Amino acid sequence: MVNLAVELAGVQLKNPIIPASGTFGYGREYAEVYDLNILGSFSWKGTTAQPRLGNPQPRIAEAPSGMLNAVGLQNPGIDAVIAEEVPNIAKIFQGPVIANIGGFSIDEYAENCRKLEDIDQVAILEVNISCPNVHAGGKNFGCDPKAAAEVTRAVKAATKKPVFMKLTPNVTDIAEIARACADAGADGLCLINTLLGMRIDLNTRRPVIANRTGGVSGPAVFPVALRMVWDVYEAVQIPIIGCGGVSSAEDAAEMMLAGAAAVEVGAANLADPRACKTIIEQLPAVCRRLGVDNISELTGGAHHG
Amino acid sequence: MKQSLFTLEHARQLTEDTYELVLSGDTSAVTAPGQFVNIRLPGRFLRRPISICNWTDEALMLLVKVVGDGTRELVRCVPGTELDVLSGLGNGFDPTAAGPHPVLAGGGIGIAPIYGLARRMLDAGQAPTVALGFRSAKDAFYLEEFAALGCRLLIATEDGSMGAKGFVTDCIRNVPECDYVLCCGPLPMLKAVHGLPQLRDGQFSFEARMGCGFGACMGCTIPTRDGYKRVCKDGPILYKEEIVW
Ligand SMILES: Cc1cc2nc3c(=O)[nH]c(=O)nc-3n(C[C@H](O)[C@H](O)[C@H](O)COP(=O)(O)OP(=O)(O)OC[C@H]3O[C@@H](n4cnc5c(N)ncnc54)[C@H](O)[C@@H]3O)c2cc1C
Ligand SMILES: Cc1cc2nc3c(=O)[nH]c(=O)nc-3n(C[C@H](O)[C@H](O)[C@H](O)COP(=O)(O)O)c2cc1C
Ligand code: FES
Repeated sequence: MVNLAVELAGVQLKNPIIPASGTFGYGREYAEVYDLNILGSFSWKGTTAQPRLGNPQPRIAEAPSGMLNAVGLQNPGIDAVIAEEVPNIAKIFQGPVIANIGGFSIDEYAENCRKLEDIDQVAILEVNISCPNVHAGGKNFGCDPKAAAEVTRAVKAATKKPVFMKLTPNVTDIAEIARACADAGADGLCLINTLLGMRIDLNTRRPVIANRTGGVSGPAVFPVALRMVWDVYEAVQIPIIGCGGVSSAEDAAEMMLAGAAAVEVGAANLADPRACKTIIEQLPAVCRRLGVDNISELTGGAHHG
Repeated sequence: MKQSLFTLEHARQLTEDTYELVLSGDTSAVTAPGQFVNIRLPGRFLRRPISICNWTDEALMLLVKVVGDGTRELVRCVPGTELDVLSGLGNGFDPTAAGPHPVLAGGGIGIAPIYGLARRMLDAGQAPTVALGFRSAKDAFYLEEFAALGCRLLIATEDGSMGAKGFVTDCIRNVPECDYVLCCGPLPMLKAVHGLPQLRDGQFSFEARMGCGFGACMGCTIPTRDGYKRVCKDGPILYKEEIVW
């Protein structure tokens, strides 16, 4: 028997597979397809203080081995999520939930996290800092080590739950941002968010996505995500959730060898709603092939010898 | 929604760029005309949404217009090819809301769900008028199939090479007793039909680029009077009053 259990900053997961924020809603649609209790956890849709309508259509484009999205953080707002989604999540999933939090100011991040303090099922706060800071000319929090550290400190002061900062790959040196978050007290990191990209429609000669640019994800970004997890693992001591392009149990194992303690699966769920279920079912065989009894032994394995 | 494998039974070319496909498999998730399937194609990351033209207990009929690489690959599949399909997606038309004089309007490839809808309404004892619009006679398809249904059939082509010269809206204007529409077609057509003063209500099938097709990603949402709705899950059918252009 292979032991698939992993630990993230004191939170026990029955396996390392976690659907990534924005590709799993609040779980409802996938609960029609399989029993969510097979999952290690799931990260809910990025939730902000106010309800958000998101960007104009079109929001989606295809790419070779992947996709672009410019959903624009459409979500019903934290109060509606607490009132309507949290009780439903308790019905469809009994494991620990990761609450993905968006924000446009440091206060908003902190306030959103504070509101979740009494919800026991929310085990980890995942703070998406790929958001524009409205008080700093729209500059992304996640692109500036100082801003990333400030958000981390504000959120840590607002909650006793473990805080994982979710990093954007759209930076020159992701390890520097990772270090800033770790130094500011983050309990863990999640990387990567989507890579900024675009597509142009040859017929109209206009960008396919109304917002012009969108975030690239899916198998196309896997090598980029893997390299960033590797770099960050070398730079910090806190646990890493590896995310970006994972679509098979082999990819998940590779992510863990690069340094991930757990693995998020995003776009793959959209292409195949059973993606996480299939990955979880195939993990034991991959572990046996790699000769490990405990999957957590894989974490960082590629860095030593 | 159901995810299952379907087998392509046959593909028949209808016009230069439009094909009829018959896929066999488990259709138990299909509950209403106007629903769609989302088909995975080898080498394409995103699935391709296609309306259900008609269905039986064992098979789906689809009409596919080739507009890009994905649809080209789909129509080139050889019989026996297995396809990973999400079936029974979306809300579908509600024919019971249509009253005694409904008109079913389809434009171009948008006639696909109108066919299955017409069949089911006729089976239920309703008497719909069907109005179909095409660019020109050479783009027209499925006319024999519609004619075989035995309901009143009106045809318009933009260049007048078949039926009345003009648009579907011109056909509908010629049957003033029709006060309820169920329709599918390109956006300008939906908008023109929506503006017809004779209609007291109606159902309109929308399109959007989709990430998932089953309600999880918010890739397809559009504004409506009652807030943003997901075309894939809350639609693709929207009702006259809730639509904002
Ligand atoms: C609910 C619904 C029902 C549909 N029913 C039918 C049908 O019955 N028959 C039919 O031929 N077509 C139908 N379409 C349109 C069909 O989905 C597109 O023509 C097809 O996805 C194009 O794929 P492609 O690879 O050939 O084109 P490309 O342009 O290469 O596709 C690139 C990307 O854009 C998306 N895309 C391009 N055009 C559209 C479009 N009009 N709508 C949604 N996504 C698009 C593709 O899915 C793909 O992700 C329907 C669309 C929707 C949303
Ligand atoms: C449609 C879509 C919506 C997303 N929404 C969010 C979000 O709300 N918050 C967030 O932190 N990341 C969001 N992401 C990013 C994913 O969680 C993930 O970091 C990224 O897609 C890379 O992983 P993947 O290649 O497995 O998809 C979204 C991704 C997609 C495809
Ligand atoms: S396409 Fe994902 S929600 Fe509609």
